Amino acid sequence: MHPAFSVIFLTTLIGVGQGLFLAVFTGQSYSTVELLPAEDSVRFYGTGAIIALVFLIGGLIASIFHLGRPERAWRAATRWRTSWLSREVIILPIVMLLVFIYGIMHYFNLDKVITTSETGFVLHLSLVIGALGSLATFALFLCTGMIYAAIKFLQEWASPLTVINYLLLGTMSGFTLATAFASYSAPALMNFFGIWAIIITIAGFITRSASLFRNSRIKYKSSMQSALGVRHSQIQQKSMGFMGGSVNTRDFFNHKTLLFLRSIKWIFILMTFIMPLFLLWIGLEKSNSATLMAAFLVQYTGLIAERWFFFAQANHPQNLYYQTV
Amino acid sequence: MTQLALVIDLNVCVGCHACVTSCKEWNTSGSAGSLSDDNPYGKDPTGTFFNRVQTYEAGEFPNTETIHFPKSCLHCEDPPCVPVCPTGASYKREEDGIVLVDYDKCIGCRYCSWACPYGAREIDEHQKVMKKCTLCVDRIYDETLPEAERKPACVMSCPTSARLFGDVHDPQSAVSIAIREEGGYALMPEWGTKPSNHYLPRRKTRLHIHEDELVRADNPLKKEQRGHAAPVDDTTLDDSTSW
Ligand code: SF4
Ligand code: SF4
Repeated sequence: MHPAFSVIFLTTLIGVGQGLFLAVFTGQSYSTVELLPAEDSVRFYGTGAIIALVFLIGGLIASIFHLGRPERAWRAATRWRTSWLSREVIILPIVMLLVFIYGIMHYFNLDKVITTSETGFVLHLSLVIGALGSLATFALFLCTGMIYAAIKFLQEWASPLTVINYLLLGTMSGFTLATAFASYSAPALMNFFGIWAIIITIAGFITRSASLFRNSRIKYKSSMQSALGVRHSQIQQKSMGFMGGSVNTRDFFNHKTLLFLRSIKWIFILMTFIMPLFLLWIGLEKSNSATLMAAFLVQYTGLIAERWFFFAQANHPQNLYYQTV
Repeated sequence: MTQLALVIDLNVCVGCHACVTSCKEWNTSGSAGSLSDDNPYGKDPTGTFFNRVQTYEAGEFPNTETIHFPKSCLHCEDPPCVPVCPTGASYKREEDGIVLVDYDKCIGCRYCSWACPYGAREIDEHQKVMKKCTLCVDRIYDETLPEAERKPACVMSCPTSARLFGDVHDPQSAVSIAIREEGGYALMPEWGTKPSNHYLPRRKTRLHIHEDELVRADNPLKKEQRGHAAPVDDTTLDDSTSW
């Protein structure tokens, strides 16, 4: 497939936003049960949620560039019964709204206590909103992944690994950002987020490698024979019926050499997983905010390459009909 | 239930592109608006088409066979392009099984084109909506046209009658009979899309002539030449049976 930068930015940016929100909310819920020290509402929870929101909005803006007719985008919410894309279109604003409420609540100190149990456990309204937000965030990961995994003849994508990778890679980048952010605004949480960022990055590395391994040995179901219905082992296209190209030649091919594809693969493995792991480790050892920030920036750039490769690697069966001018 | 469809006979298609041009002509001047073109007479011309004719070659020289292969939306019975559409712009009509796009609802997200394994959907890069073959839905029901002309433009224009049009659910229709009796098949059956359009394979008409068909044994001219059979030296049936 042709990798469209609008979709690459959409999926990577909302991934960071979702991951960061999950990280911030995990921080708050751990502090409620006193596993972590409580942090300042404004400086950490509030600001964190707002940064997450900025990433989500960034993704939304990127998605507009993908649509031919963005002014009709509201219509895309109507077919949620059958279309994962429609489900994503519904869940994304819900996530944004919940993250927004959560952020505002902390930032302006609007949080209310709902109940206090006898054991001294205080249930804040923000915890309920945050829990709903986290649920919505997971649902959004599922929708984003399923948009790709649901197209069964794009065999590189049609696997549960696609959904798992969207979940892990998004969460991973959010936790890396949370580590860097905590090193500035809540140093007590830095190690907690950092260790989780490392764990999720390793998990993501494993599942992404699994999908690379799976895709390298894929057996394509369609062939020239089934595409034409002609039973002959040697079939060659002599003409695709036009000379100047069409949507079919532009949208479905990556037009890059194998060497280029391979280099992108190694670049993304290095930049999304290996370098950030290293930088996270050094940053945590030295408590160095700049190194942690670098870990996030390198990882995000790596994710852009990763997403580019994700699209470029997928081989659409329609390409069988467009082999030669 | 009715399922309108095309049956394309690869045995007679000569790859003349008459269906491509007449499809483009009818649909670019139709009620649904034009089909965009860029640089139609310049370098790298490109544009939106519903129907394309491609050419393939099977085998290796000198044993080759040329296959001209027209391809348009197959109006699948289980179209994967429809459920993925987030707006409902893509739909399959109950009454005749035609798969259509509502150009007023489509947001141009291209998701349906990813979900068609045949590459039958092409986005109009100027109007930014998805387009594809409509089976000339604005023609086949038009009562102002003489009945014989209520067929898709491609079918009307085909000089070799390689394109048949009709209801593939009616077992007595010409298309159903052709599919049944001439070995009609569907493209990429592995995806379970159940395409309604079918293709008739290339067929070889071979004449088997034996020696004795070339020389008439009972040719009266040869009657005179026939002498007595030479005495037989070999074992005969008489020798092998004894009482
Ligand atoms: S050929 Fe493609 S566009 Fe046409 S109905 Fe089938 S899947 Fe949909
Ligand atoms: S491009 Fe149009 S018809 Fe296709 S899925 Fe998107 S909204 Fe539906």
